[in-house]
Amino acid sequence: MKIKTFSIGGIHPDENKLTHEVPTQSAPLPTQAIFPLSQHIGAPAKPVVKKGDFVKVGTLIAEAGGFVSAPIYSSVSGIVLKIDTAIDATGYRKPAIFINVEGDEWEPSIDRTEKLELVKDHPELTPEEIVNRIKLGGVTGMGGAGFPTFIKLCPPPKAKAECVIINAVECEPYITADYRLMMEHSDEILVGLELLMKAAKVTRGYIGIEINKPAAIKLLKQKCNEVFCNSDYKVEVVPLQQRYPQGGEKQLVDAVIGRQVPAPPAIPVNVGAIVQNVGTAYAVYEAVMKHKPLIERYTTVTGKKLSKPANYLVRIGTPMLQLIDLCGGMPEDDNKVLAGGPMMGKALTSTEVPICKGTNAVTILSGDEARRRTPAPCIRCAKCVSACPMGLEPYLLAKLSAFKEWERAERNDIVSCIECGSCQFTCPAHRPLLDNIRLGKSTVMGIIKSRQIK
Amino acid sequence: MNSIIIAVVILGGIAFVAAIVLFVCSKKFAVFEDPRIARVNELLPGANCGGCGFAGCNAMAEALVKESDKGSIEGISCPVGGAEVMSQVANLLGMTVANGEPQVAVIRCNGTCENRPRISQYVGLRTCAAMNACGAGETACGYGCLGCGDCVNACQFDALHMNEETGLPEVDENKCVTCGACVKACPRHIIELRKKGPKNRRVFVSCVNRDKGAIAMKACKSACIGCGKCAKECQFEAITIEENLSYIDFTKCRLCKKCVAICPTKAIQAVNFPLPKNTEVKKEVEA
Repeated sequence: MKIKTFSIGGIHPDENKLTHEVPTQSAPLPTQAIFPLSQHIGAPAKPVVKKGDFVKVGTLIAEAGGFVSAPIYSSVSGIVLKIDTAIDATGYRKPAIFINVEGDEWEPSIDRTEKLELVKDHPELTPEEIVNRIKLGGVTGMGGAGFPTFIKLCPPPKAKAECVIINAVECEPYITADYRLMMEHSDEILVGLELLMKAAKVTRGYIGIEINKPAAIKLLKQKCNEVFCNSDYKVEVVPLQQRYPQGGEKQLVDAVIGRQVPAPPAIPVNVGAIVQNVGTAYAVYEAVMKHKPLIERYTTVTGKKLSKPANYLVRIGTPMLQLIDLCGGMPEDDNKVLAGGPMMGKALTSTEVPICKGTNAVTILSGDEARRRTPAPCIRCAKCVSACPMGLEPYLLAKLSAFKEWERAERNDIVSCIECGSCQFTCPAHRPLLDNIRLGKSTVMGIIKSRQIK
Repeated sequence: MNSIIIAVVILGGIAFVAAIVLFVCSKKFAVFEDPRIARVNELLPGANCGGCGFAGCNAMAEALVKESDKGSIEGISCPVGGAEVMSQVANLLGMTVANGEPQVAVIRCNGTCENRPRISQYVGLRTCAAMNACGAGETACGYGCLGCGDCVNACQFDALHMNEETGLPEVDENKCVTCGACVKACPRHIIELRKKGPKNRRVFVSCVNRDKGAIAMKACKSACIGCGKCAKECQFEAITIEENLSYIDFTKCRLCKKCVAICPTKAIQAVNFPLPKNTEVKKEVEA
């Protein structure tokens, strides 16, 4: 049988999954935790604590700042030092809450036992109640973009959800956080999936996993058979061919159920699919069943020059430098530190940046790996066109952006670009395609927005 | 012979009919364009830089004629042609025009290589816009000049050049026509159009960093730390401090330079003043 994957474009960079078989460890508590107020897409959260307040693990420190927003909970116990600015992954100083850690005292409402709670034992969990608990738990997409999860479960009026797809693809090189989570918490993930399906009022679920993780595929298939054999829910584990960017929502929907999501503003739910990261499913389980808001996450700290790359269960707000030190410290010479993987990650200018809700990895590339080669003229080979998973023409969009031809760029669907970087990866002339396209995309989106306001 | 005559007659007939049709159409569907628009357009420099706020010189000419019919062309001015061109236009349209004070583009950043150490290396597309989208840039200052020269590329009048030594752009005061292209091109909004000042003398805060003092100071030795000394010192209430940043209102500033002397980080700059001699400064104040 042919293994499924998405229909157009895509690349296959070196996997470099250095930490596949390194069991997850709990990272020690930081001495100071930093909580940026914008850890998600949408309005920044509003602080509800002030300087000198004592907070416990799980205390609300900032409430949602609008509909598209998410509350933030303290992941440590201690005293609020200040509400000031801190450099976050964008590279700029943004408002953040600083907490000096003292002890490790948890809110009593959080269930810290290992006991597996099942959906059938909790009849009080109506779909509305589940969505509400997810919203209150501050759960956002754990794959990187950080879209508040509860909004995805309330589709716009015209769209109807038909299935939930769990994104366990992890197509990005180096990162293994999702894989370790699947190997260590498969039961919880399946309960999380059941909760998501119940909340979205659907009965079909899929788990998409790339075939470079055979152990996870085998384990989840076996667990699915056990858990869902006598149930109304039909869950299928779908092995997928390794191809980047399969973890993109639209690519995953195409790969798993063979439907193409139209150009923006359409979202996967317009073709009946709700896509959630496997880390999100786990966070949903903890938020709904254990009353534990999103305060910890699985993060891979990796890089070829690190002496001990590893996977960590880390409290949100821990400065990255601390994790890098745990892995043997910053390698010598010049390094490129990325929040995320080498393809989609964001280069950092400071290692004081804290782990946020969406930080799935800290990748350290050596200067030689990271350095770009000198761009040469375009040789019209059209490799970028073949590689683009959205069916765009990157060489053209890059040119139009460089020449500020915004109207033509808009006509050529620049806003459909998912910024996966496949074009730039594949370009034999090393042209800065994505750099230009990204600029053009943000400008065109600004133009479209100002037009809508008029 | 006969066929030649027939051809001439037929073609002549067609030409005559077409001429009548064209004549009727040109009268019936004529679009009246005020002849003054073309004459105003001739006076304008024709650079189409857009510095006036209109799409080009012709659009500005149309606007001028339209406004003159309403009674005043106040508020529309050509930064390239300056007062000379505007007075010619005003004469043509029978208007008077208040001459605005001449302005010049000012770079409000003094983050030279020496003042502002580079803490990281940027390897992507070398434009300010791309670098700005990636983060704070190669220095720790998230507000200052990125040094890739988007403003230099935007200038159509060759008035901006990069100083290789400082890594900052410099304005050629004689060439700058204050079209504002550089102001729009700068993603960090560092460049401001300010009053050119008597004898080109100006005092301005050469920094746009809004971080708190300690953070700003760590990033750049010459940053404004928002200490407020200048605002206290100023007798003319020209200086305001907002979000840890001082700003000098050039309509109120009397160029006494007291703020320049008191600024602890030398963020306030005075340009084109003669070398400091106390007597001359006093004269300047009296004048």
